[in-house]
Amino acid sequence: MGRITLTSIDRAYGKMKILHDINLDVADGEMLVLVGPSGCGKSTLLRLIAGLDRPTGGRIEIDGVDATDVSAAQRGLAMVFQSYALYPHMSVRQNLAFGLENIRMAKAEIDARIAEAARMLEIAPYLDRRPGQLSGGQKQRVAIGRAVVRNPTAFLLDEPLSNLDAELRISTRAELAALHKRLATTMIYVTHDQVEAMTLADRIVVMRSGRIEQIGRPLDLYNAPANLFVAGFIGAPRMNLLPVKVLSVAVNEVAVEGPGGLSAVIAANSAALKPGDEATLGIRPHDVDLSAGGPGSVEARVTLVEALGPETVVHATIAGDEKMVAVLNQQGIGAGGKQISLRLNPERMHLFDTAGLRVSII
Amino acid sequence: MTGVATFLTRRRGGRGWHWTDVVSWLWLIGGLVIMFGPAVWLVGSSFKTPAQLAEFPPTILPYVGQQTSVEGHDKPLTLYRVKLPDGSTKIMAEIRRIGIVAQMVDPKAPKDIVKINIADRQPVREIGFETGNYTEPFVHFDFLRYLRNSVFVTAMATLITLLTNSMAAFALSKYKFRGRDFTMLLIVGTLMVPLSVILVPLYSVVSAVGLLDSLWGVILPTVATPTGVFLLRQYMLTIPDELLDAARMDNASEWQIYWRIVLPLAAPALAVLAIFSVVWRWNDFLWPLVVLSRKELYTLQVGLNTYAGQLNVQWHFILAMTVVTMIPVVLVFVFLQRYITSGIAGTGLK
Repeated sequence: MGRITLTSIDRAYGKMKILHDINLDVADGEMLVLVGPSGCGKSTLLRLIAGLDRPTGGRIEIDGVDATDVSAAQRGLAMVFQSYALYPHMSVRQNLAFGLENIRMAKAEIDARIAEAARMLEIAPYLDRRPGQLSGGQKQRVAIGRAVVRNPTAFLLDEPLSNLDAELRISTRAELAALHKRLATTMIYVTHDQVEAMTLADRIVVMRSGRIEQIGRPLDLYNAPANLFVAGFIGAPRMNLLPVKVLSVAVNEVAVEGPGGLSAVIAANSAALKPGDEATLGIRPHDVDLSAGGPGSVEARVTLVEALGPETVVHATIAGDEKMVAVLNQQGIGAGGKQISLRLNPERMHLFDTAGLRVSII
Repeated sequence: MTGVATFLTRRRGGRGWHWTDVVSWLWLIGGLVIMFGPAVWLVGSSFKTPAQLAEFPPTILPYVGQQTSVEGHDKPLTLYRVKLPDGSTKIMAEIRRIGIVAQMVDPKAPKDIVKINIADRQPVREIGFETGNYTEPFVHFDFLRYLRNSVFVTAMATLITLLTNSMAAFALSKYKFRGRDFTMLLIVGTLMVPLSVILVPLYSVVSAVGLLDSLWGVILPTVATPTGVFLLRQYMLTIPDELLDAARMDNASEWQIYWRIVLPLAAPALAVLAIFSVVWRWNDFLWPLVVLSRKELYTLQVGLNTYAGQLNVQWHFILAMTVVTMIPVVLVFVFLQRYITSGIAGTGLK
């Protein structure tokens, strides 16, 4: 079992509050990804769960038992650190055995567990090497192995892939997903990379400045971001955000107009808006297409074209200063300086009110 | 051989002598003479006889006068190179000397005694080592006992120094607590207090706890060194905290973290401190002299002092025993110097 419940967790260093009223329920066997820009408190939150740090307020429960004041060692969790934190003076085998020796496990059992983990992670050939003699990817596996042999209630992973190069990161990411599937153990994974979050997570927790902005399944976050921050953070390239003015409000329908001749009717919760309000319209680059002009289109001026092959990323400006990025499934768009018409898919538009909260309904 | 030659004649820019090459050579040779010269002189002099030590001008190497046995004389006679009145030089043996005139004889013709002015002769000497300077003290001087005391004091003091200082450094570098920086400042501040200032109060303390005239009285007051705490703390700051966190997740107690993680990783700094501690304790003179009064407890350095009497100083024994007491320190430096340089430079591990 590995159910972890956080109730109104606060953490402050002196007068500086790092975490504000965090409430989170991690189900058994779930892969939960904490994501957010650096300094948002996600690593602090992970350290609180690990027991390496104490919250200034709130309660941490593991499998329904209050663990707020239980020491890190007693919580039965295992952690993989960003720098791997392998003991440099011990061989890989000793690194794996260290935690097990500390709980006075029988020698035979330790050997069996190390053999099993080594087989699973393919680190058997270098069990007798020191961490200094391993490559980054191998160190990463050992760090995971050290967590696996412990047979923990839950794994805590603190940006485990950030020190790997791009190619290795993708393959290790896939291996981590496979490992999670096989072990079916709760994993809490911290990253600032939204691609990692999208690919690995059962659920994503988006954090900013010590607060949870949104919790949800990856596609829910992508399709229905709760606010401007999540809208901008999830998805690459970033969602285009345009300032618009509310023209009229009907039942569950809001008509807006914006720069470059933009006008649209968006399915939205109309109670939150009234005509004349400032709002923000969001549209993902993949939901923008070339058009022949006419109603529902905006006039844009191309500033940069990035031809990637299967798709073309077009950077453009609308009405002189609003930036717009479109990802088009075609080639031969032309070069910068060209005037084009773009059609925004009205069914994929997001509308946010003045406070930045989502009002559109999908 | 050619490799050594190219190395020694290596010059800036390859060809020709730049003035910086000359300055470097002069500077390095000067440094060698200034630093290594006294040591060479010490070792050379330790093999000299008392008479030769008093000689002026002094020589670097030890010489002994050559002697030979001559028919009709019981004792061997000293040989001189003599300039005869006819201008030739000859090697002759001295029978006796009266004032500035010496009666000399040719060893091949022992009957003909010649009178020679002592200004006209030079002793025939060759390099020779007065090994008695070394062997004598081993017989008459309680060298082995002093050596045992010195080794005991040095080893115990170093072990305790390493243990206590590393524990203090661990706490001061890896735990956050109120007054930590002040404590550190206080410890480093004691660097400014020399032993001579606290000698008397320290003596009272040692006397009050009954450690006077015991080796523990020499050991214990010296084990807490601010230098050691500072050195180790600076090194331990470079050990990443994530390692300690990882160990905590691995069910390690704080003692295990110290003993199995921090201590092995601080080994280079510990080696440096061990070297320093060995050298300090081995060469310590003033404090053991104050604490120890029974002769059988003397350390080597204090024991050596017994050769310096009120009226005469047996320099030949002092010099020889000084060389002997230097050997361990020199060995420590020869074999551990790479730790000293790397440890002091504080090159951390990655």
